[in-house]
Amino acid sequence: MTVLLHLYPLTGVALVGLGFYGFLILRHPLRQILAVNVVGAGIFLVLGGLGRGAASTDPFPQALVITGIVVAVALTAFGAALILRVAEDERAPDDKAAAKTTDDHT
Amino acid sequence: MTLAFDMILCLMIVGTAAAALLMRNALAAIVFFIVLGNLLGLAWLAMDAVNVAMAEIAIGAGVTGVLLILTRQRLMALGDDLVSAEMPGWLRTGALVACAGFAALIGSAVLSVAPADDLGGSIAALMPGLGIENPVTGVLLAFRAYDTLLEAFVLLGALVAVWSLAPRGAWPQRPAALALAENGGHGVAAAFGRLLLPLALVMAAYLVWAGSDLPGGAFQAGTVLAGGLIIAAIGGAVSWPRADDRYLRVALVLGPAVFLIIGLAGIAQGRFLFYPPGFEKALIVAIEYSLALSIGVTLALQVAGPPVAPDHEG
Amino acid sequence: MSPLDLLVAVPLALMIAALLLGTWVRWLLLTAIPVMAGLTVWLLLLPEGSAHVVGDWNLPLGVQLRADGVAQLMVGAMAACASIVGLYALHEFAPGPDRSETAHGYAFWPLFYLLWGGANAGFLSTDLFNLYIALEMVSLAAVAMAAMGSLRAALRYFVIALVGSLAYLLGVALLFANYATVDVTLLAEMARPDLATKTALAVMTAGLLIKAAVFPLHGWLPPAHAAAPAPASALLSAIVVKVGFVILLRLWFEAFPAIVAPAGLEVLGWLGALAVLYGSVQAIRQDSLKALVAYSTVAQIGYLLLAFPLVATAAGSGGAWAGMTIHAIAHMLAKAAMFLAAGLMLKAVNGHRLKDLHGLARAMPLTVAAFGLAAVSLMGLPPSAGFIAKFLLLEAAVEQGAVFAAAVLIVGGLMAAVYLFNPLAWTFAGSDTPVVEATAPLRTAAPLALALLAVSLGFAGQAMVDVAASATSARLPAAVAVDVR
Repeated sequence: MTVLLHLYPLTGVALVGLGFYGFLILRHPLRQILAVNVVGAGIFLVLGGLGRGAASTDPFPQALVITGIVVAVALTAFGAALILRVAEDERAPDDKAAAKTTDDHT
Repeated sequence: MTLAFDMILCLMIVGTAAAALLMRNALAAIVFFIVLGNLLGLAWLAMDAVNVAMAEIAIGAGVTGVLLILTRQRLMALGDDLVSAEMPGWLRTGALVACAGFAALIGSAVLSVAPADDLGGSIAALMPGLGIENPVTGVLLAFRAYDTLLEAFVLLGALVAVWSLAPRGAWPQRPAALALAENGGHGVAAAFGRLLLPLALVMAAYLVWAGSDLPGGAFQAGTVLAGGLIIAAIGGAVSWPRADDRYLRVALVLGPAVFLIIGLAGIAQGRFLFYPPGFEKALIVAIEYSLALSIGVTLALQVAGPPVAPDHEG
Repeated sequence: MSPLDLLVAVPLALMIAALLLGTWVRWLLLTAIPVMAGLTVWLLLLPEGSAHVVGDWNLPLGVQLRADGVAQLMVGAMAACASIVGLYALHEFAPGPDRSETAHGYAFWPLFYLLWGGANAGFLSTDLFNLYIALEMVSLAAVAMAAMGSLRAALRYFVIALVGSLAYLLGVALLFANYATVDVTLLAEMARPDLATKTALAVMTAGLLIKAAVFPLHGWLPPAHAAAPAPASALLSAIVVKVGFVILLRLWFEAFPAIVAPAGLEVLGWLGALAVLYGSVQAIRQDSLKALVAYSTVAQIGYLLLAFPLVATAAGSGGAWAGMTIHAIAHMLAKAAMFLAAGLMLKAVNGHRLKDLHGLARAMPLTVAAFGLAAVSLMGLPPSAGFIAKFLLLEAAVEQGAVFAAAVLIVGGLMAAVYLFNPLAWTFAGSDTPVVEATAPLRTAAPLALALLAVSLGFAGQAMVDVAASATSARLPAAVAVDVR
């Protein structure tokens, strides 16, 4: 019985494990960000799934999950932009040299 | 919902997640990720968490999915084919064992805790004082308003962080256009975008209003607005503003600013983020409308990316 | 009215103002400094342990803000660091020629205030979920600032920091499910040594060790901190890593002191010792000045962890607790000073190696003096704040017969002397005076002020010990000592 009550949180745990595995084996940063999002979704399931009463889910963890989802998308957007800029930099040798000199200066 | 439904759904979630992580093809992986987001939305529905279901489908699957697809497309254009270097087999096995062990540990910790709706009662007791019906909105905008305020600044800060990546000579230009065709906003896509944007506005406004009493709220509404803006931009019906556009900057900070000002005004009455009795609902709705607008614009511009030099555009 | 919320709300209001101001954005700092200084003084004057909830919502629903000794010292040091680093940055993050906006000149300032508000939120809140958001505010600003130096290092930092955040959040989820609250003060009353709690504590600690760059999870720090522009490096090394550290304190010594196993504390102590030794060896091996200073951060963070078992055992005296806290703020001030001074020196010689500093002491005496004074505090020489901190830690270690910890404290100090003496020796090498461009007086004064503060705070040692240790009696119940022994 307890396993059935724990169905969704345990699914969340499976996502956490899978996500971390993906994070470790996928070497491309965009794929890693995707993996991290899977981990995040798993954590949200644990948080919300363990906050379930007889009738419905506790609104408190629901609100925390919504907050978490928004933080996750904000970070994902920044990460995606950063990956793109790194790729651009590697494509344009001039920029790269310029960036190097700024490093040295500061 | 029957138990069989729950179990099949959970199996599908795990299978889809595995596909999103293990597919060699990046596009296929991203598509599975989006499907995963929608299945998770169903899971939240099955758990009677409609507010979360909406946020997960709109933000977790929708915005994140668009962002990943767009990033992949732009990376491919730069000659990055998103192929991960193959890891040696023993390392993969090691990672698998470590993660399985970790999941087993977390799983047994989860099993040791009985699911319970511990705070539901005290929240229900406080809700009548707020004058709104949706307890999740109550938590987000009253009991945990401080979290939500800080979170609004995380979102705003993330856009500033994206902007700070603008390459040399690009500031303060526009982000790269998303337009599919270069016909300058004619054709079906453009017409669709022009039609959809006002619809998105209406729907966002409705979601905020409904969010006081029914599922919905500023974040879901903001995401709908962002979705409308992004689709309109893809169709070429709207073009991104310059990063130094005055109206844009006001739109971005409006929500956080209104939230903060109402919070500071509470100090005069007693405490930071204190809503004077009788004004709770009015203040919450004011915060939510302004937040929804700012969140919509912020998310859309985050998806658009940093400004680019004019000659790069297109 | 209370400074506890204003210390977060004001920087956020400044962030909004910064976004609207355009090319005038940097001058906002001249408003920020006096206001934040006033709020900080107010905070320091609050009676010990003042606390209130946000809005009208009591625990466990609401969020509690509190001024304990740690928060008072950290917020104070933060205000000093941010103000002075900000003044230094006025020149660096400025409009371009013909008064046009630049991406960095515009974006730095909102991120700066986000970092300030986020760090204060992290020092003042007792709610573990709220602390998660504070941690993300700080990390986001930090990665963006690191990206202003090296995109690659910033990407690596970003990905690692993301994993750290999620590990922390996973623990928060388990704790919430187990106790229906994530407030540290409530958790302290309810703590049970069950599997969920222990797992949560373990994963949260691992996440925070990443954020605090504790050996062996430090790999992201040296490249990111060494490549960033000098004011950004100063903020990253001085402040950002400390936010994770303060949350670790909340977990180990406030929420769960009754259930943490001595073995866990020992592991943290060992990690700290390894960090001190490894960071110092790496710092000695560097021939690039900023990389040296960055590895020194890895080493100095080690002392904070090295103190964990000492603090737990010394529950009664509070000497180790005070030593650890004072070390945190002494490192904040000295490391910020050192990065700013290094930035000025490297800019002047247009290089990045130690040997580029050849004879620079004669050309930039004040800047080299600032570097030297900061080094005095980092090495733990009297009369600096760093000395007070290491002295208190050493005293606790000797009292407890912790021979290994005492040895690490002494050897670490000697190694710091080696790696910090090396660049100073280069600045005095030769007899010719290199010709360098004059630095603006304000920029010369900034590192000097921070370094003087780090040294002269040593004279206020007793006052700092009082502030830090007064929290100890409330913080560490006698039960801890019993449990650990």
